[in-house]
Amino acid sequence: MMPNDPNQELETGFPEGTDLEKYIIKRHRTGVGLKLSFQMATLVGIIALTALLYNITNQAFGLVAVENTIPPAEVVASIGATGELQDLSKDQLIEILQANISTGLGRRFERDQRFYEDSYAFDTEAKYQASCASAEPAAGCSLPARDRDNVYQLVLSEVVEPEVVQTWSLMDSLFSRGEVLAEAEAKYPGSEVYFRSWLTADFLQRPQSSNPEFAGVRTAIFGSLWVIFITILFSFPVGVGAAIYLEEYAGASFINRLIQTNINNLAGVPSIIYGMLGLAIFVRTLEPLTSGALFGGVDPTTANGRTIISAGLTLGLLILPIIIINAQEAIRAVPSSLRQASFGLGATKWQTIWHHVLPSATPGILTGTILAMSRAIGETAPLVVVGASTFIVVDPDGPFAKFTTLPIQIYQWTSRPQDEFRNIAAAAILVLLVLLLSLNATAVLLRNHYSRRAA
Amino acid sequence: MEGEMATTSSLTSRDSIDLGELRKKPRIGETIIQSLLFLCGVISILTTIGIVYELGKESLAFFTHQMWEQTNKSLTVGIDESVTTFEVSRSGGVLEVGDTLRLSDEIVMVSSIEGTLLTVERGVQETAAVPHSAGVEIFRGSYVSLVEFFTGTEWNPQISKFGIWSLVNATFMTSLIAMSVALPVGLATAIYLSEYASLRARSILKPIMEVLAGVPTVVYGYFALTFMTPLFRSWFGVDTVQIFNTASAGVVVGILIIPLVSSMSEDALHAVPKSLREAAYGLGATRLETSLRVVLPAALSGITAAFVVAISRAIGETMIVAIAAGAGPAFTFNPFDSAETMTGHIVRISGGDLSYDSIDYNSIFAIGLLLFFLTLSLNIFSQRVVARFREVYE
Amino acid sequence: MSTNGEYALETNNLNVYYGDFQAVSDVSLRFHKQAITALIGPSGCGKSTALRSFNRMNDLVDIARVEGEVLFRGRNIYHPQVDPVEIRRRIGMVFQKPNPFPKSIYDNVAWGARINGYKGSMDELVEQSLRQAALWDEVKDKLQQSGLSLSGGQQQRLCIARAIAVKPEIILMDEPASALDPIATLRIEELIQELKKNYTIIIVTHNMQQAARSSDYTAFFTVNEDRAGYLVEYDETGKLFTNPKHELTEQYITGRFG
Repeated sequence: MMPNDPNQELETGFPEGTDLEKYIIKRHRTGVGLKLSFQMATLVGIIALTALLYNITNQAFGLVAVENTIPPAEVVASIGATGELQDLSKDQLIEILQANISTGLGRRFERDQRFYEDSYAFDTEAKYQASCASAEPAAGCSLPARDRDNVYQLVLSEVVEPEVVQTWSLMDSLFSRGEVLAEAEAKYPGSEVYFRSWLTADFLQRPQSSNPEFAGVRTAIFGSLWVIFITILFSFPVGVGAAIYLEEYAGASFINRLIQTNINNLAGVPSIIYGMLGLAIFVRTLEPLTSGALFGGVDPTTANGRTIISAGLTLGLLILPIIIINAQEAIRAVPSSLRQASFGLGATKWQTIWHHVLPSATPGILTGTILAMSRAIGETAPLVVVGASTFIVVDPDGPFAKFTTLPIQIYQWTSRPQDEFRNIAAAAILVLLVLLLSLNATAVLLRNHYSRRAA
Repeated sequence: MEGEMATTSSLTSRDSIDLGELRKKPRIGETIIQSLLFLCGVISILTTIGIVYELGKESLAFFTHQMWEQTNKSLTVGIDESVTTFEVSRSGGVLEVGDTLRLSDEIVMVSSIEGTLLTVERGVQETAAVPHSAGVEIFRGSYVSLVEFFTGTEWNPQISKFGIWSLVNATFMTSLIAMSVALPVGLATAIYLSEYASLRARSILKPIMEVLAGVPTVVYGYFALTFMTPLFRSWFGVDTVQIFNTASAGVVVGILIIPLVSSMSEDALHAVPKSLREAAYGLGATRLETSLRVVLPAALSGITAAFVVAISRAIGETMIVAIAAGAGPAFTFNPFDSAETMTGHIVRISGGDLSYDSIDYNSIFAIGLLLFFLTLSLNIFSQRVVARFREVYE
Repeated sequence: MSTNGEYALETNNLNVYYGDFQAVSDVSLRFHKQAITALIGPSGCGKSTALRSFNRMNDLVDIARVEGEVLFRGRNIYHPQVDPVEIRRRIGMVFQKPNPFPKSIYDNVAWGARINGYKGSMDELVEQSLRQAALWDEVKDKLQQSGLSLSGGQQQRLCIARAIAVKPEIILMDEPASALDPIATLRIEELIQELKKNYTIIIVTHNMQQAARSSDYTAFFTVNEDRAGYLVEYDETGKLFTNPKHELTEQYITGRFG
């Protein structure tokens, strides 16, 4: 505004008239522009989540080209049968095995688990019974005979020996199927190309395998469940106990303030540091305890501290601060009138806490614990450091067993260069995400259930 | 007054110790429970002590670990167990007085040198003096020095190079890239959620942020390797972008910590009193001006705290960088090159066959100690900032 | 040895501090058995704080400190060897806002008796307590419903039933009707008159009419220049309201300050 503008009646120092209008429009325009950019920023999160899910789905399903050592049709023909391999009877399948694998290998399978209840496909009765009577009887002595499905799987893995030679993503498989088929025909003549979901019921039920075609997450799921069981067994009572102490008993003494500050700081320590603590304390120092050697009955070859209990306790320490902080909040939210009413009736401190404070705080404590639990289930780094085994084919049978977990399995498979391992890693990720999702849904349901009952 | 009269009445029983049924009853159960609960609280202190003690102990072992490097010298004549002066070959490295040398299993200490003639103290460090034949190789004992550790840029345990900077540099690279994604996006999201978003928009965005924060990091690692890296390679060229690179790891770490930045910043923005906003509107400020010039500065310390916590989280993040950033230490400033971070190195080394008391085992604890102090000081700093911030508004 | 046999509770030079702040200054009072004593005075005069020190509820406040004596059955309840838990069972309390437990009506009444080791028939005790609290007829068909499902006035009577169930000798009431509507207030007042037959009642109220109507004795508190509450006058209610000895009392009851 010019100071000696003749149109200006009153000099206020502020823009007036058309200048004011322009100025305000400009300010609003900046406002709208920046608001738009704020909105765009929130889209980044949505896009990232979409891309993540897209990427995993894209890898978990798709076309595969498979080459068989002996095509199924030839296998069927080799015993003079007709029809499809998967339709053959158990007897016919055993016949195929007898025709195609060495007697030695067959005997090994039979020792693992017998083919028939009452007769033998590879071994002789005398030798088999002698083995069963020996100091180290074969596993098959105490197991029921294999069923048809089991034999079928053996035929697949030992005779047909399918090998995935290339995989394509879901998008390519859906939208450029023709090109994929042409490419497969050119590169792998005679191969079988079909659409495959890497996430199958079999995938969930099979143990680890070095062949991605037969690998599954069964042992990893059991490992995860065992580890999380130990984790909660340790951290829930201790965490809630510490929270009760801090909220209901602790005064403002130095040690109590130290505990509180310390818990807040522990919550920010990187998880890998907990892994190193677990390695030094649980795996190394407490090895006699964590290997189960003190309790006897442990296979000496596995008796080191790299067990489920070490992993569970390590994750327990890791989520302890989270559980404590959440439980403290839940306890703090309990109205003090409830405590006063209880004390007014002549209740002791613990009676007041146990009968009134804890029941009221339960929904909050449970929600916090389940959130901490899902954090623990997804943890990988501390378990790598503590020493999760990478290749486990038997289900873990207790806290002193070697173990692998779902995230560890995903990490291992992701680190392999072959495409097929990426595919099963994606399938395992889907399993993990479903597990986490159902846990969180449980948390929400629990919270709703309890808050309705309290009302 | 009546009230005063009451005090004058004599009460002979007031000092009686016969308290009858009012006497305090020993409540052993209550005491035991309180002690148990106190122990639960103490476990967290023990955890911290355990971390500092174990990391410190192994780090000390790392810096006092005797390594034997080749001198390319050997004995020229055989010696028996009593000889203290002998001749060594002229070739090879330089020896100094005070060096510890190893001849097969025996360790000796050099007390003086004349040309190729060494005078030594035999059988030190609890080894026995034994005869040695001519031609026995001589190794010289050495330690990792603090100076080398904190200034060196090469980390290669095989040739006894322990310069932490190649790992720290990669950590800083990924964290820097992560923060350059997470800070603007996280803060802008927070401003949108706190100042602009309708209830409906919030009810959609908040759960998405929670899901993003709840996805396990190993899944993000998979995402970085199988999505982000191919994307960068298609943009910048397969030759420019290596399969493992700090850029894609960093960007994905950034995505991981967006929810952290946005939720902490939003809390800080929420804590700004409504009266301050109303004051700004009352002066004719637009919504943007109110948000950026009044609310944001008022929430600045809370937002700073959020940033600092986010940096600490980025530095400590492990699986994403272990999977996508690289599988070997490298000192590089190129974000498209492979480089191993501190956390990535710890995971790779401990994932292999690791024997206790080896220098590899000790070295990861030294890295861990540095990582611990780095993240701890960042967290303490952010708590200080938040504490100051609370004083102002509560 | 004469204990304070004719009195239910006696205080001698009672001082209560919150940290550095003195909330109650030098209060000496004698509470008559099976009578209603009202503590009145302007807000912030320490009457509630004094009430809470009669059954050691102030122990629950970290910074609270009590000096002087509170004699119950001739014994100082602040003697270090005295069990505050036992004191609170014998000197019950009803709070300003109804605070039933988030449990069933039955459990609300039974809980206190249960933790105090009551051996008799719980059903009878619950019925008897609810009858005494004039709530039985309203809730006898829904004893298993949550105590929180009742109306405000009913909740407060439930809290009174809960206090009665542990068979206290004295019931402390901290403005028990202040959060209720006039009709519910009236019912509580009638109830308190009934309870007088069996219990000693000490009630804090900010409502002078209520004190004048329903109490036998009245103690008037106010604050000194340091904002500490002190006792101005204590007498039979009739005397105090018709013929106050102290000028401050007169000003207060005639509505000239407070």
